[in-house]
Amino acid sequence: MTIIIGSAFDIVTHCNVPRYLHNNFPLGNPLGPPYDRNAQRRSVETALTMAGSSEPVVKVSTLRWPNDTDWRSVYGKIDDSNREHLAKIGAENRRTRAANKAQGLVR
Amino acid sequence: MPDFIDYMERTRLYYRAQGLGQDYVWARHDVTPFTRLNKPLQDCVVTVITTAVTHKDIPKPIRKSESIPFAEVPSAFDTSELSWDKESTHTDDRQSYFPLEVLSQLVEEGRVGRLAPRFHFVPTQYSHRVTCEQDAPRIAKACIEDNVDIALLVPI
Repeated sequence: MTIIIGSAFDIVTHCNVPRYLHNNFPLGNPLGPPYDRNAQRRSVETALTMAGSSEPVVKVSTLRWPNDTDWRSVYGKIDDSNREHLAKIGAENRRTRAANKAQGLVR
Repeated sequence: MPDFIDYMERTRLYYRAQGLGQDYVWARHDVTPFTRLNKPLQDCVVTVITTAVTHKDIPKPIRKSESIPFAEVPSAFDTSELSWDKESTHTDDRQSYFPLEVLSQLVEEGRVGRLAPRFHFVPTQYSHRVTCEQDAPRIAKACIEDNVDIALLVPI
């Protein structure tokens, strides 16, 4: 059986999964902030308490990101400062994918 | 969802800004897969499934799921090609996304039975087909071979 620990509430709950512990952190450290051994341990302990559930369960952890300020606005930000850059990397990605495909680098 | 980021909407807008004509369709089970645990934690075999990359030398488009002995856990996985908040945090601390040390402590304390011999890498894939028909069944088979009771899936 599976227990998921993650930080993308909408994506994981949209998927419909058996047991999900949500840590409301920036993506990258689903178990806890870097070097915060207490938080990391608590995440695993809390997740394991969900093992015995007899039905699908979603739990939101009470852990907080340190200096919990404005990281929420950072990820995937689009504004005038990067619009041109994003269009450029999009075009690059399409070229890379086409080249990979031509070389048989595809599953 | 107080405070929770709408990653699906943000990702849609991000891909559109990159000129992608078609929005990504997120994976969804019509029926939530569920298996009951039929034994106490103290008797359970536990493993970890991670999206952190173990073999960066294999090109991303052809990277497959892999089952690797815990004895060969890299001191640092490669996370550079994954999507995470590279401005707000870092992944220098392996324990922030791969719970080997905590699980080992819990085994030592007798709260969990034991660690499985292997952990599992699953590549992040655009293709649902590849994940559902190839990567996931390969990991499930390895878990059954290892008598795993609990898989902790910790996607970055």
